[in-house]
Amino acid sequence: MEIDPLIFRLSIFILSIFVGYYVVWSVTPSLHTPLMSVTNAISSVIIVGAIIAGLSGNSETVFNTSSIFGFLAIALAAINIFGGFLVTQRMLAMYKKKKKDK
Amino acid sequence: MISANLSAIFYLVSGVLFILALRGLSSPETSRQGNFFGIFGMVIAVTVTFLSTGNFSTGFIFVLIFILVGGSIGAFIAYRIPMTAMPELVAGFHSLVGLAAVFVAISAFLNPEAFNLGKPGNIKLGSLIEMSIGAAVGAITFSGSIIAFLKLQGIMSGSPITFKGQHPLNAIILISIIFIIYLLCSTQSSNYFWILLSISFLIGFLLIIPIGGADMPVVISMLNSYSGWAAAGIGFTLENTALIITGALVGSSGAILSYIMCKGMNRSFFNVILGGFGATENESVASNKEQRPVKSGNADDAAFLMKNASSVIIVPGYGMAVAQAQHALREMVDTLKKNDIKVSYAIHPVAGRMPGHMNVLLAEANVPYDEVFELEEINNDFANADVAFVIGANDVTNPVAKTDPQSPIYGMPVLDVEKCKSVLFVKRSLSPGYAGIDNDLFYKENTLMLFADAKKMTEDITKNL
Repeated sequence: MEIDPLIFRLSIFILSIFVGYYVVWSVTPSLHTPLMSVTNAISSVIIVGAIIAGLSGNSETVFNTSSIFGFLAIALAAINIFGGFLVTQRMLAMYKKKKKDK
Repeated sequence: MISANLSAIFYLVSGVLFILALRGLSSPETSRQGNFFGIFGMVIAVTVTFLSTGNFSTGFIFVLIFILVGGSIGAFIAYRIPMTAMPELVAGFHSLVGLAAVFVAISAFLNPEAFNLGKPGNIKLGSLIEMSIGAAVGAITFSGSIIAFLKLQGIMSGSPITFKGQHPLNAIILISIIFIIYLLCSTQSSNYFWILLSISFLIGFLLIIPIGGADMPVVISMLNSYSGWAAAGIGFTLENTALIITGALVGSSGAILSYIMCKGMNRSFFNVILGGFGATENESVASNKEQRPVKSGNADDAAFLMKNASSVIIVPGYGMAVAQAQHALREMVDTLKKNDIKVSYAIHPVAGRMPGHMNVLLAEANVPYDEVFELEEINNDFANADVAFVIGANDVTNPVAKTDPQSPIYGMPVLDVEKCKSVLFVKRSLSPGYAGIDNDLFYKENTLMLFADAKKMTEDITKNL
């Protein structure tokens, strides 16, 4: 009998939870705020679903109820992606080591 | 147009890049590189999606327009936001992830053919379940984050809002969510889908309103986790590896942060979620509220004490963020260092309104990160330090957590500030902190209270040094 593809996705999911568990424990506590903003940015990879939804209309009718929700989701996810990565960048740029010659 | 297999491999690559992005945060040196991995992963995921749909018609132009509009708004916010407003920003961003998940789910429900999920009214059972879970968790994330945002922003009172029958009501709603998902799957009726979304929004509000301001670190982490699970739910629906991996990463990341925050307060997760910290303890607080003498001083006294010290430990808390005193504080420390005084910073895990809040503010004020220490790293040093300078912190220094089993904060890890030769406490008044209990430290022989705004007091001390 063939294995349902769902099982494979479930395997990826469970293994990723474990990867996440060990990776996040190794994050230094002083970087917990950037951790939150960057997880925010990457969870907006949901934009791939939004793009598919936005492109679901055909060439005559770009906008139907379904694709409008897609477009809105694209805008929301884009705010998060740009905002999340840039604010993380801004924060990380501030973390400096002690200057030795002082 | 690229094949489904090839795009699946690219999605996997972008998932791996996201793992590396989080891995980079294990130290500040590698963190910037990590962030680039994250951006790179995102670019791959978006590009592959365009290539795999192979649709470059008018719709594509609109997709780009919406990305551009959202992107500009996001970039604008990212550059303009003050670092003190980071908790609000993160809460706001979580709400957007939640809402985006809801919108994608709605879109997939209305037009399942675009996602290969079957026909309207006859969606594959597995996909429908995944979609409903993603939509429900997304809706909870959205409304919960909105409440967290309003509370952090001060638009809504930070004090817990509780009413009779709150917990049974929440329990009923949570059970009915499961029941409605069942009805939705057995009838495929869109009415149940809308009901599911509405009650999920409702439970999000109800879950967060009883949680008080200083528990926000737990709430934000928890919502962070939810946004991940919502993304994973949608990832299963869309059969997208990048989304599943990311959802799992973000979900477990938020869960770990919640755990760390709860441990920092020695409270169980459920205790925080059920809300109303200190609400039951109020009586005992009122009974032992006697007037005790305190020693209060001015900037001059504080400057004198610090000038004669050889080592100073600074304990910042939420009050420092409110007063925006981090820059003034760093200037004070610079002056101290010029006088060959050793200065370090001690950060309690739950100081501030979100995990790592104090560290970001100190970094913003150009404090080198190797002068900033976590509780376990620095707690033994208090006994050898001459002065502890507590600025805007309270409950996290309260020795009662170690001595009085009756106290609501008993067992919470605290900074051993009282072991210092002398303690300077910058505070507006003697009012108790979030836990609603008196801090014994105020009345100690070696404590000098500095009643003033944190920023102004710090500036005055610098002048007097």
